Amino acid sequence: MKRQVRAAGREGTLDFTRDGSSVYFTLDWEDGARDTGLADAVEVAPGHWSILWDGQSFEAIVEPEAVLVNGSRIAAHSRDPRDWSPADAHAGASGPAHIASPMPGKIIRVLVNDGDNVEEGQGIMVVEAMKMQNEMQSPRAGTVRTLRASVGGTVAAGEVLATIE
Amino acid sequence: MFRKVLVANRGEIAVRILGALRRLGIPSVAVYSDADRAAPHVRCADEAYPIGAAPSSQSYLNIERILETCRQCRATAIHPGYGFLSENATFASACEAAGITFIGPPAAAIRAMGLKTEARVLAQRANVPTVPGTSEPLSGYEAARKVASAIGYPLMLKAAAGGGGKGMRAVHSESALEAAFRDASSEAESSFRDASVYIERLIERPRHIEIQIIGDKLGNLIHLGERECSLQRRHQKVIEECPSPFVARHPGLRERMGQAAINAARQADYYNAGTVEFLVDEQANFYFLEMNTRLQVEHPVTEMVTGLDLVELQLRVAAGEPLSITQEQVEWRGSAVECRVYAEDPGHNFFPSPGLITRYDAPHGPGLRLDSGVQAGFTVPIDYDPMLAKLAAWGSTRGMAIERLRDAVNRFAISGIRTNLSFFREILADRLFLAGEIHTGFIAEWLARRASPTPSAQQEIVAALVASLATVNATVPVQANGAASQWLRSGRSAQLR
Repeated sequence: MKRQVRAAGREGTLDFTRDGSSVYFTLDWEDGARDTGLADAVEVAPGHWSILWDGQSFEAIVEPEAVLVNGSRIAAHSRDPRDWSPADAHAGASGPAHIASPMPGKIIRVLVNDGDNVEEGQGIMVVEAMKMQNEMQSPRAGTVRTLRASVGGTVAAGEVLATIE
Repeated sequence: MFRKVLVANRGEIAVRILGALRRLGIPSVAVYSDADRAAPHVRCADEAYPIGAAPSSQSYLNIERILETCRQCRATAIHPGYGFLSENATFASACEAAGITFIGPPAAAIRAMGLKTEARVLAQRANVPTVPGTSEPLSGYEAARKVASAIGYPLMLKAAAGGGGKGMRAVHSESALEAAFRDASSEAESSFRDASVYIERLIERPRHIEIQIIGDKLGNLIHLGERECSLQRRHQKVIEECPSPFVARHPGLRERMGQAAINAARQADYYNAGTVEFLVDEQANFYFLEMNTRLQVEHPVTEMVTGLDLVELQLRVAAGEPLSITQEQVEWRGSAVECRVYAEDPGHNFFPSPGLITRYDAPHGPGLRLDSGVQAGFTVPIDYDPMLAKLAAWGSTRGMAIERLRDAVNRFAISGIRTNLSFFREILADRLFLAGEIHTGFIAEWLARRASPTPSAQQEIVAALVASLATVNATVPVQANGAASQWLRSGRSAQLR
């Protein structure tokens, strides 16, 4: 089975076959490196894997867009190479980035204006949720567009509050 | 002792208090909001009653409803825990008026210490040093500007009714004062319904060291030593320890601070458990910060080192018994370190992460203590503070306690929601932390200097492999509640970028 993978920013193609808990794999990284091996993989609980490989025991927990390997969170993504789209190739590099509150809350402060140039990590607004004031930050450098947030407004989970272009 | 005790709280502290009641053989009552029917605190009480809707203003802060529940189930005392009604003098008075014992200090002491400016005056009267600043709330920005130029920068703006880091702002120059004053006032207003703020000089690189005290209704008052709580993120404590590595290096400091704390408490005719917080500068000068008139979140580290049960002591003195120990009998053995496990995402600026907990495997081992308010299958509500549990470790030395805690953090498996455990993994291995070189700005500095741990090549391969195995294995997407579907939706939209 072939998968297009990304782990900690590294892209590659994974080819693997499973036989019970045994997984034979070949990983061809874009930078030309190749890793091959035989791992033993068991899903001990939903989303929680025990991997025995290379003389080591790994505990891996699947999260959205990440895998926690022995406690270290590694950004990871896997998809069918047939689903390849040009947008994926540029993911994170360009195109508008949306800023959305992951939960319901109330806007306490808006720290930028429409049209402002912002740096990566710059605070865009402060949302109060779970008794905490949380600063929403820009995922990348760019220009603030379609700023929908206004002070005192309530926000729904997933509602896009600003777009960075 | 009491016939029956109602615990007017939720989460880990309710569980902890209910445990003490059970061990003492006192019948216990839990109360719960609509969001908490399945919460552990409800299940470990002898009786439990609903008190209203999820927002705390309609349930855990609803004085009338709680007192009515107390009357109906014929409980004779209420333990308020921390937060919610624990430092509400009106509630303490209402309990006494209803013939119910409030397990805490007298209402007058709560009132006096609750107003930070009045507390400063009390401390000064007891000859306890305070940070230079105003004793009166400021009338407005103009007044703030005048006082600020008299005291000098840098300074702190603080909510007069405050606590827990809400309504606090550090100001380094006059140009930043107006915005900071506005922010502190609005945060004070929304957190405490009281917008008044006051000014204190900012002590550079201070430590936050607090003294636990306990007193009975006969006037006996003792201290149980210090806790170092310098590791704070945005004025919220995240790691606490006993003893303080700084106090351990300064012979006599514990006794001096302990006596000052007792003097401040005596000035307020205090009884029951309380904590006097101090800022300590690099020359070991200490300044009264405030007094918390309740059981503290971080009380377990004191219990682990002194061998005492603070909740049991609270219950006994509230019932009128004299303190069973004298100052001379208090002993400190070894070292204990605690971290506060929050439902928040350290990878995304610590944004809260409520939702369904799908897996909750707690670590076990020598010297470990877990005070937990959640379980697998519980949905962490959006209505309350995101603290899930406190994980603490004891060791004969500080180094041993930290090693045990770090190992426990590494083995604590929580799935379904994000937690700050990965943040503790790194902090507990930090060279300066291990050396005890800490101050209240430590975490802000650490976040700035922190090198993101680079995963090993093997870990990257395992991540790629497991991400692939999981997508291939996934037949039914996990979607247990609305929150999960929001994550999915926002995850999908992120992929469409």
